[in-house]
This record gives sequence, structure tokens and C-alpha cells, in this order.
Amino acid sequence: MARVRSSEITPKALWLRRREFLALGAAGAGAVLLGADAARAREVKHGAKLPSVTPNPKYAAGETKTPFQDITTYNNFYELGTDKGDPSDNADKLVTRPWTLKIDGEVAKPRTWDIDEILKTFPVEERVYRLRCVEAWSMVIPWDGFPLGDLIKKAEPTSRAKYVAFTSVVQPQMPGVKGYAGIPFPYLEGLRIDEAMHPLAILAVGLYGEVLPNQDGAPIRLVAPWKYGFKSGKSLVRIRLQETQPPTTWSQYAGGGEYGFYANVNPEVDHPRWSQAKERRIGEFLRRKTLMFNGYPEVAPLYAGMDLRKFF
Amino acid sequence: MKRWLVPGAFAACLLPLAWLVARFLLHDLGANPIDTVLNDLGYITFVLLALTLACTPAQILLGWNWTLRIRKLLGDFCFFYACLHMLSYLGLDQGLDVSAIVQDVLKHKFIMLGMATWLLLLPLAVTSTDGWQKRLGFRRWKRLHRLVYLAAGLASIHFILRFKTPRIETLAWTAVMAVLLLVRVFEAARRRVRMIQSG
Repeated sequence: MARVRSSEITPKALWLRRREFLALGAAGAGAVLLGADAARAREVKHGAKLPSVTPNPKYAAGETKTPFQDITTYNNFYELGTDKGDPSDNADKLVTRPWTLKIDGEVAKPRTWDIDEILKTFPVEERVYRLRCVEAWSMVIPWDGFPLGDLIKKAEPTSRAKYVAFTSVVQPQMPGVKGYAGIPFPYLEGLRIDEAMHPLAILAVGLYGEVLPNQDGAPIRLVAPWKYGFKSGKSLVRIRLQETQPPTTWSQYAGGGEYGFYANVNPEVDHPRWSQAKERRIGEFLRRKTLMFNGYPEVAPLYAGMDLRKFF
Repeated sequence: MKRWLVPGAFAACLLPLAWLVARFLLHDLGANPIDTVLNDLGYITFVLLALTLACTPAQILLGWNWTLRIRKLLGDFCFFYACLHMLSYLGLDQGLDVSAIVQDVLKHKFIMLGMATWLLLLPLAVTSTDGWQKRLGFRRWKRLHRLVYLAAGLASIHFILRFKTPRIETLAWTAVMAVLLLVRVFEAARRRVRMIQSG
């Protein structure tokens, strides 16, 4: 019989706990396998390439673009679910064809556009914009779109058109619409007419040169980069010009009106529950300072003489 | 069954941490991993607090005595995850920026409530040992540990405030906490009545 050295003998205390170690090992292995499965499930499919996109060097931003994977798996789109990963998981619950966008209200030429007509009419350019979410995170996104003002001008606004109201889509099969998302639908947003006509405000139909993924607001959405992300309504079905300030979802209904109508990015005005002084750029570790108007000072003249602490 | 209970509960309490570590290693924490870690740790802490508080009602209502044998373990793990949650806020989320943290705590009740909950749990975790129970005397020790009910209330509000809208999930968990506390109130009242009756 071979002699067993004392160093090879498992201490009794450890031997008595052998089952714990086995259980731990099994649990760990299980977790690793489940994790791998979850990681595979979150691969995002790429969309069709947009036919012709001209980069606009004026809006190149010069910053590292947020990866496609992050832009398409970390979204707030309550109609598709309230968790950040829900819109990506439920993306197929939004039907984007046929699709029409109605422009009406205080305009001489109201019209219901078919989305494919829009794509043929307006030349699409790439603009790399910063996106600052009200939740204190940010991204850099290469949008493909055209100035919102170009579409509005075609409708010939009357002198009474002071505001622009945006309505997002409601489709009965969308999980957030079917269930309870905490906010009423349709999602409503609005801009003042001079904000809407500002060259920075665009209607996006794609990102990274591809057809806009559903979770990012396909087939057409607003992008107003100097405002918190929620101002830029997704999956638009109606743009209405009007004389009075339109009700907007987050300022009127949810959470007792914790966000104002303007919602310009402003590091000096806190959210009721967190500071807006800094933000986490997705992909970065330390928070960076938030810039006034999200680093788009060219919009400042729109608010000359306004107390932005009051109109936040 | 008896021999397995405590080691089994111990291993189960480590599972959420193993899950987080595995997801980190597999790059599966999403686009905002710091937020995921911070929020998941908070959620685990909350669930463990509810489980700790469920031990006594389970004994009262269902007659399960085994729950009392893992109550302390669950409470200790609740504090363990509360510390990880707190550290991830201070270190990962705020990058140890002291002035930003002080501002955040003082200006926002959401953050202040989280801090207050952790502070309430701290003396309970420290005095959770048999030695401290003897040193304080059981009556005083028990009175001190009633702070956990306040912690449950503050944690519930903290959890509700995390989201921009009321969520079924947070409201349901708050209801669970309320039921767990109400069972104790009814039990105490029942005992008092019985004591008076037996004179």
C-alpha cells in the first residue's frame, strides 16, 4: 500500500465542507453557461444599406462613435418595453411598412407622406451627433437624415404656426402598449417652431449608413441633439403645426411633470433625483462633464433672454 | 436535509455574485455595464432583505422552524450585497469623486435614502454575532435589530424612486415588504390579547 503524505490529506474541516464546494462549482459553471447563452441572444442583426448617404463634414463631431451594438441594444422606447434591452428584444413587434407620416395643422399644404416618397424626395446626409440621455448617459451616433425644416417648409406653415407637435406610433401588438408602461400612449413631443426650423434638428431614417433599426425609432424619427434624448420622438406618424404649446408626454403626464417642455441639456439644472453636471459616455469608465446645450452653442440665440432654470 | 440547509443557503446566496462575475467575464453586462452592476446589486440586496424578513412570518404562518436557522445568514448576506452596491456607487458610478458624492447625497432624496438604508443596516450587521447578542443583552439586542423594519421602508422608497415611472415590479416588492411587517404587527397584537386573557 502506497504511503499517503500528510500534505496530500485534505484537512478535515475542508473535507466536511466538500459538498459546499461542489455546489459552488456547479453554480458557477451554470452561471457561465447561462451567461454565454444570453450573450449570444443579444447579437443585433444589421439592416439594409441606405442607397445614397453624403457625409456632412460640418457635423462630423470628431469623437469616437459609439458601437452599433450599443446603439441598438441600450434604448428607451417604452412602447417596446421599459427595460433598456426590451426594445432590441422586441424590435420585430414594430411594423414599419406600410408607413405614412402626416403633416398638418397650421399649414397651407397639409399632406400625408408615404415613407418611401420621403426617402426619394429628401437627400440623406450623415451627421455625427452626441446624444445625451436625461438619465445621465451619452452616446455619439452617426445618424442618416435630413433637416426637419426641409419637410416643414414644403407644407408652407402659416403665420399662426408657433409650435410643432410630434406623435409617435401606437400599434396594438407592441408589448409596452399592450401592457403597462407607466406613461400614456401615443408618445407626444413638441418643439417651438424656431427650434424645429434650426438646421441642427433632423429627421433620421438611418444610422451607420443602414436603415434605422426598429428599436431606434424606425422608419423615421426626430433628432434634436441639444436636448435630452426623450425630446426626439421615435417612429413618427404625425407632425402637426399649431399656435399653442402642445402637451408632451414627460412634461404633462408621467412622474408629476418632472421634465419641462424645453428639456435642453443643461449641466446646471439637476433632475429631481440625480445631478446632470456629468454624464457617462457609453464605453467610458469615468464620467465626463456635461456641456451646455450638449456642446451645441449655436442654439443659444434661440433662448436669449429666457431663464433656463425656469424653462428647463 | 438538516445538514444541507446552511451550506446550501450559503451557496445560494453567492449565486447572484457568481452570475454577475460570469456576465462580466463574458462581456454580457450590456452597453452600460456600470449601471447594470450597480442596479443588479441593489436588486439582490433588496430581495435578500425581503427574504431575511420573511423568515419570521414563515415560522408564524407556516410553522417552518428551519427558516429561523438561516435568518442570520440571509441578513449577513443582505449586508454583504448592500456593501457591494454601495461600493459600486462610490467607486464605479461616481469614480470616488468626493464632492460629487456629497452633493448627490445631500441634494437627491433617492441617493440619501439608499445611504440611510445602508447606515441602518451597518450596526445590525456588526452586532449580528452571538458575542454581541450576549454583550447587549437579548432585549436590547432585539430592540436594536428592529431597525431593520425602518430599513425595509426606506429601501422600498429608494427602489420605487429609481425608475421614472411607477413600475409593477417595485410596487409589488413594496407590497411584499408591507405584508412581512404587517404579519409581525398582527402577531404581536395577538400575543398581547392572549397575555391579557390569560391574565
